[in-house]
Amino acid sequence: MVALPGVDPSWLAYRDVPSTAAVDPVGTTNSWHYLDNGSQLTGPARGTLLCVHGNPTWSYLWRSVLAAGVQHGWRVIAVDQLNMGLSERTGRFRRLADRVDDLNDFAESLGLAKDLITVGHDWGGVVSLGFADRRRDLISGVVLTNTAIHQDPDRPIPAALRLALHPLVHRWGTKDTSAFLDVTHSLARPSLPSEVRKAFLLPYRGGARRQGIADFVADIPADPSHPSYPALLSIAAGIRTLDVPALMLWGPEDPIFSDTYLDDLTERLPQADVHRFEGAGHLVGEDRDIAAPLFRWLGGSDAASSEIAGPVGSFTPLEHELTQRAAGPHADQLAVADMGTAGQPGRSLSWRDLDAEVQSLAMALRRIGVRRGSRISLMIPPGVELTVLLYACLRIGAVIIVADAGLGRKGLSKAVRSTVPDFLIGIDLALTAAKLFSWPGKRISVAHLPLAKRKLLGVQHSLAGLRAIGAGEAGESADPLATPDALDPDGLDPDGLDPDGLDPDGLDPDGLDPDADAAILFTSGSTGPAKGVVYTHRRLAAMRDTVALTFGISPGDGLVAGFAPFALLGPALGTTSITPDMDVTKPKTLSAAALADAVAAIGATTVFASPAALRNILATRGNLTTGHRDALAGVSLVLSAGAPVPAPLLTELLSVLPAASLHTPYGMTEALPVTDIDLESILSAQADAAASSIPGAGNGVCVGRAVAGASITISPLNHAGIADGEPTTDAGITGEILISAPHVKERYHRLWLTESDSSRTGHWHRTGDVGHFDGAGRLWVEGRLPHIVTAATGVVTPVGVEQALETIDAVGLAAVVGVGPTGTQAVVAVVETTPPTGKPGLAPAALAAGARRAARSAGVELSAVLVVPSLPTDIRHNAKIDRTGVAVWAAGALSGGKIGKL
Amino acid sequence: MRVLVTGASGMLGRVTADLIRSRGHHVVTFQRRPSGLAGVEDSLGSITDQTAVLRAVQGVDAVVHLAAKVSFGGAAADFEAINVEGTRALLGASRSAGVHDFIFVSSPSVAHIGEALMGQAATPATPDLVRGNYAQTKAKAELLALQANSTSFRVAAIRPHIVWGPGDTQLVERVLERARAGRLPLLDAGTALVDTTYVGNAAEAIVAALGSMDRLAGQAVVVTNGEPRPIGELIAGICRAGGVEPPRWSVPGRVARIAGSIVERVWQRGGIEGEPPMTRFLAEQLSTAHWFDQRRTRELLDWTPTVSIDEGLARLAQHYRGQLSTPLPNPSRP
Repeated sequence: MVALPGVDPSWLAYRDVPSTAAVDPVGTTNSWHYLDNGSQLTGPARGTLLCVHGNPTWSYLWRSVLAAGVQHGWRVIAVDQLNMGLSERTGRFRRLADRVDDLNDFAESLGLAKDLITVGHDWGGVVSLGFADRRRDLISGVVLTNTAIHQDPDRPIPAALRLALHPLVHRWGTKDTSAFLDVTHSLARPSLPSEVRKAFLLPYRGGARRQGIADFVADIPADPSHPSYPALLSIAAGIRTLDVPALMLWGPEDPIFSDTYLDDLTERLPQADVHRFEGAGHLVGEDRDIAAPLFRWLGGSDAASSEIAGPVGSFTPLEHELTQRAAGPHADQLAVADMGTAGQPGRSLSWRDLDAEVQSLAMALRRIGVRRGSRISLMIPPGVELTVLLYACLRIGAVIIVADAGLGRKGLSKAVRSTVPDFLIGIDLALTAAKLFSWPGKRISVAHLPLAKRKLLGVQHSLAGLRAIGAGEAGESADPLATPDALDPDGLDPDGLDPDGLDPDGLDPDGLDPDADAAILFTSGSTGPAKGVVYTHRRLAAMRDTVALTFGISPGDGLVAGFAPFALLGPALGTTSITPDMDVTKPKTLSAAALADAVAAIGATTVFASPAALRNILATRGNLTTGHRDALAGVSLVLSAGAPVPAPLLTELLSVLPAASLHTPYGMTEALPVTDIDLESILSAQADAAASSIPGAGNGVCVGRAVAGASITISPLNHAGIADGEPTTDAGITGEILISAPHVKERYHRLWLTESDSSRTGHWHRTGDVGHFDGAGRLWVEGRLPHIVTAATGVVTPVGVEQALETIDAVGLAAVVGVGPTGTQAVVAVVETTPPTGKPGLAPAALAAGARRAARSAGVELSAVLVVPSLPTDIRHNAKIDRTGVAVWAAGALSGGKIGKL
Repeated sequence: MRVLVTGASGMLGRVTADLIRSRGHHVVTFQRRPSGLAGVEDSLGSITDQTAVLRAVQGVDAVVHLAAKVSFGGAAADFEAINVEGTRALLGASRSAGVHDFIFVSSPSVAHIGEALMGQAATPATPDLVRGNYAQTKAKAELLALQANSTSFRVAAIRPHIVWGPGDTQLVERVLERARAGRLPLLDAGTALVDTTYVGNAAEAIVAALGSMDRLAGQAVVVTNGEPRPIGELIAGICRAGGVEPPRWSVPGRVARIAGSIVERVWQRGGIEGEPPMTRFLAEQLSTAHWFDQRRTRELLDWTPTVSIDEGLARLAQHYRGQLSTPLPNPSRP
């Protein structure tokens, strides 16, 4: 017998089980093989897990869960389904109903009693759910890994399964050869070690041993005519009332059980905690450690299961100010506008018009099926169009998904898939990407497209078409006889519209649940895959209130929205907002003149712009006319968020915006904003750092004090760089920055593990940023938690040293990283030089010496100084260095041999 | 205390003997030729001469055993006789002479082959795995020494990594000589991160070990400056200190390793005089990372290096300008 790596020999067990399955003659007894860690438990089990594999694996799949079960005191039993693994080959074709009977027979025979938790993978997920549905008396929880319970009859089954079922392929691929096995094993990422692959193959040597695999494939209920379809349908319906805790651990890179199936399961089991392991695939338990999160979940000690109570109290919907102004004396004043190209305003809407457009679009969206909780991906550049859509979705109670091009093409695609949007509204480029990457969701184009293109891109509606529907129903349509196409430019069949969409209650603002999901925003992904961040209506409203209070923005103010996230708050704040002539997704395209034109157009007093935009404004200030300069002199507040802005740049900006108070709030997608600081305070903080006059001043970027309604504390780091200390606000103590505020995210989207990590400390959100307070109560940010360097002399945070390095003339951007084992890492500086170096390598002697001196002044000894042509930064801000990537590269370069590409 | 230092003719041996003497101990040195050190007693002889060894350990409280055949080339039998059998004889003689403490000065190469080491902790010597006569025989000897450890005869191994400093004929002189002759290739881009040990620090670590035997006995620790540097930077620093232009050209590490091992074989078979220009061992040392976790070492020895790499290089430059009197960290008071 082949060795079974990871399996304790004491787990192997056989049992003869009397069968009640319809397929077996009465009196049949079948021999089951299973793994059972029971004999290794030292005390009474805390509970029992019953693990059911799919096709074509066997109980070996669950070895990590059995091993971890011993440590955590849980009995874990993993069966080999009959005709599979090392269980008996019964010679009979067992269908889904038989298999549910089989599992029940097995459980009965073993005398498994209460507090049973099923764990399933692949078709084992269906069988385990069937059992759970039937034996509610025994079940206290269900765990699912890549599986599916429902096949939409209107959608084709996954191509890989179609192929396996094809008459020409089926017998050959599943029984005669090991092709189906081999393909399944090849789905592991990274690939399976050869001894593990051998162990998976062990029970399936020879065609006769593989009949069960062939039968399993043939039993896939691909359409309603299939004999197992009723059984599947009954389980799929039954679990809707299965109100036990559920956990889903998912590998999204699965060619068969994609996010669409996960989404279906979460809809049936809405109580489920879900974690998607980005990058993992079908064999998620091979790709990632699923045992640790599983037992953590069973332990139930963390915050995710004892959900942090949301903020309570009065709630004013995000659109409150919009509707107020539309109904009041300001109704005809300008609400939103886009700048045209010639320095003149383009499209603009008064408050009355904005409200009417929002209402009519909301009605139209409801007519095509958008409902409360529907997820709508908006892939439209900021501006009037997006503003209308956004507030229409909020009015319906649909969940908006904002994933931007700043994630990069791959990151964007992963983000969209992870949210499984029901609708996707986008410009042509987004629709092309949707087609190319097979993003889910009904597609709606912004522009009206010709029929051929509509077909090509799978577009079902256009905004123009929707407006016509909305206008028609609002009774304000142009004469439909004159331009029939105007009413229905998409050639939509009026009978195809959803009659329920006409229900006026659907748009009743009082019907809106403040604590329902309102939006999913994405992190920039500069530290790992982009994470979806969920906001409720209440939390979005709190964000609005925090921004208004912190920066003193009042209704009626004029606001230039040159920075996407805050741009959308304009109508909520009651400000007149204008989008300057720029590509808002490329912040550095904002020129000084374009800004001035936008300011002049509405007499704006407030400007939102990204740090990159500020740089370009300075670079293009030579083109400003006297008129421009006069307009800019009226600006009293500039907000720049997304990345730290160096004080000299801000000081220079005063030459263009002489009356402006320049603020650089600090925040993150999970909390916008967290602190605020203005130029004067930055300068005085730097002076304090230089003079060492205030304890803790220095080592990092000073980001000021908490915004209105927010509190901040620090969880100190231990010597290994882990933030496990008791939270403190004492000066000079470095640790993870924790924030508590009504406008902090509700949760991460389908990242249960990440969520439970980030919310494990009471009501605090753990930001993953590292910093400290100074004696004056100001917060200094020192970097990201995963970028901490643990040298033998102690923990080193990167930002302070990088700032010291960047004072050297020959250094542009600097990254400080650690190489080597935790606790004894070598500290390495990787720098861009001016002028840029041609190829990566050792820094010239003089630069190395200078860098060492500079680092020493920040209290850090450098082991090596490397130069590179450019450092990798995030696409969204072009500012956050991927220090993890730099560290990996530096470790390679410093281990000897050829220097790789960074 | 009466302390025997073997191999006091080498750089580390001289500095160690001098340091022990400066701490007020009576030092006996043991090597073939007079040590030339002031204030110490020379006991002349070869480590392979049983009688000479027995004579040297008489009345001694502690032994610091540095004598070894340290060379990139040479006959295997010589390495075996000096490094293994010499150590065996010294251990036996010391124990019977009532010596309490025995420091075996070893090398990190006893536990490692050519792979990159980054923040490596000390692992047991593996004579069967390591390459080259020197590393193999030092590994055997270290195992012998540590096996001899007992409560009445305490043995510890100190493995300083790449010891250099003023008066160094191994690394420094070779680097300078080859750089002068234009024969010193900077392997790859010279980025391999390498730990080295300034000689004064290594000597202090050995002395610290003598005072830490209650914690240290039976164990091996790696000793370095704990300041890993890219090899290119170090070699350039040594060259500048010696007044020689640093090397500019580079040879890919793999090519050099293959070439080095061929040269090694030719030298050994052909009996060519002198040291081969580039051995596989040297090529590995210069082209792969070799740096070590010093936390346990520093805790066990209750010691930290007092001379940084930069300060060591400055002293080396002083030495070549004829301005340095002693390589010791804190020049001994008269």
